[in-house]
Amino acid sequence: MSTAGTFGAVRPLSRGLAVRRPRYGEMAIKATLAACAFLSVGTTIGIVISLLEPTIEFFADVSVVEFFTSTEWSPLFADPKFGVLPLVTATLVITGIALAVAIPIGLLSAIYLSEYARPRVRNFLKPTLELLAGIPTVVYGFFALTFVTPLLQDLWLFGEPPGIYNAASAGLVMGIMIVPTIASLSEDAMSAVPRSLREGSFALGGTRLTTSLRVVFPAAISGIVAAIVLGFSRAVGETMIVLIASGLQPNLSFDPAEAMQTMTSFIAAAGQGDQPTGSTGYKTIFAVGTALFVVTFAVNLVSIRLVRRYRQAY
Amino acid sequence: MAAPTTADPNRLATSSRSPRSRLAQSGFRVAMLLALSVAIVTLAALLIQVLVEGWPRLNLDVLTQFPSSRPGTAGAQSAIFGTLWVMGVVIVTCIPVGIGAAIYLEEYANPNRWYNRMIEVNIQNLAAVPSIVYGILGLAFLARGWAGLGTTVLAAGLTLALLVLPIVIIASREAIRAVPRAIREASLALGATEWQTIRRQTLPAAIPGIATGSILALSRAIGEAAPLLLLGALTFVTFNPSGLDSAFAVLPVQIYQWISRPQEEFKVLAAAAIVVLLVMLLAMNGTAIWLRRRYQRRW
Repeated sequence: MSTAGTFGAVRPLSRGLAVRRPRYGEMAIKATLAACAFLSVGTTIGIVISLLEPTIEFFADVSVVEFFTSTEWSPLFADPKFGVLPLVTATLVITGIALAVAIPIGLLSAIYLSEYARPRVRNFLKPTLELLAGIPTVVYGFFALTFVTPLLQDLWLFGEPPGIYNAASAGLVMGIMIVPTIASLSEDAMSAVPRSLREGSFALGGTRLTTSLRVVFPAAISGIVAAIVLGFSRAVGETMIVLIASGLQPNLSFDPAEAMQTMTSFIAAAGQGDQPTGSTGYKTIFAVGTALFVVTFAVNLVSIRLVRRYRQAY
Repeated sequence: MAAPTTADPNRLATSSRSPRSRLAQSGFRVAMLLALSVAIVTLAALLIQVLVEGWPRLNLDVLTQFPSSRPGTAGAQSAIFGTLWVMGVVIVTCIPVGIGAAIYLEEYANPNRWYNRMIEVNIQNLAAVPSIVYGILGLAFLARGWAGLGTTVLAAGLTLALLVLPIVIIASREAIRAVPRAIREASLALGATEWQTIRRQTLPAAIPGIATGSILALSRAIGEAAPLLLLGALTFVTFNPSGLDSAFAVLPVQIYQWISRPQEEFKVLAAAAIVVLLVMLLAMNGTAIWLRRRYQRRW
């Protein structure tokens, strides 16, 4: 074998490596896959466009000042009133009750699962808790209406007992519904705290209680806040529970024993009414939808930022 | 060695065993167990309530009869078939697109490019958008307006497909990411192209995880009622869907319709239909868990 022969054999190979032949099939596949990914951006743009146009038209008919300051909401009546405040306060009352239930239960469960439970107990408790997240919301609505409301009517301690439709029962059940959201995300955050921090605390004589509350909890705080923020956004956006259990009367009140209509249940109820396209009634669906989308979008962005931050920390 | 320490270890040890500290510790333990039991007892109460309430109507009529104004003879057959049709649309549209997007983001996308980062944040955000907002999207673009599909199986399926797409993408990405780099490198080193590597090595290894995630996403879609209410799915449907352009009922919407009737018998019927829905969900989740146990590999 001569050197020239060896070179002859090597040269085409090295040229083949240096000059890349375009592979059109590969490029087409990559483009198709990228199109799939960009479809998700298209969804967001679609949501914004579908909300924006009717909302702008809505505010041509109804003044912005009336929408945000007037206290009466009856957009589908002959003499329509467009004050969104009752829907907003109802949403806040029910979300407040839900978070008052879900934050303590969710965080205590998360601390137990992350810091206290033995692996076997944890392997049983965690999937059980996550079952709560898999139950359809219409089933929660049924439970609120047929179980929790009668229970509340029997056990109500102060004032007028709640009617068939009330904010308290919807809020309590919604709270249980978002427990898994808060618990599993906070548990992830706490489990991500390095072992060495716990060992340092134990070495200094810290008990499990002080280690959990003063070392692990603060170290995981941004993840925990993100979990709570996400729970808030789920509560604000939840529809079926409030539609079934808290009634359809717009009601500017902070009394949880009363029936009230939230932003989501207004949208769902008005949507069922088969409003003719282009009518003001049809456009109110989008105006309220825009308000809902803006709130949850802002809150979600905060939550995503916070999760990023705690991921970078360790 | 004998450096002065700020705290005497013995004193710390006794302080953590002092009666007050011990009380706080056991109090906290009780609070945690109480919190967990509230959640679990509520879950149990919910399941028992549904079973007890629906017991009188838990017979084959629920599966074989059509909705009717007489609660005694009404059933959910059209809703069950409607649910299957709509889920068929979701499976065919959402899962290929979701896996495609996941492959792009994990295997091709350069994370330093702004548009790829935007896609990522966007997907996380979409996963947390309220389902009713997807209903608004479906109403404005699919049922009326641009696509003008009407209240049909196709419009409902596409709306739900968009709703669960982020879940499929996120789950598939995790499954693809779990496949070790070495497998890809070995394949590329042997002369396979990028797509050949994905097609023959990465995807087959990630399929169990992708399947598990997709089933969980479907089980989210199967229980959704709110976006379909907005599309106008509350009409009284006494026939099974005959095609993609057919009117439809789905189980959750049918259940909602029965709950909102004033007669007590319809609540019983609703509870029986909830049992059917929960059994379907249980079967799907059981399959997901079985797939994970049976096929998932740890590298």
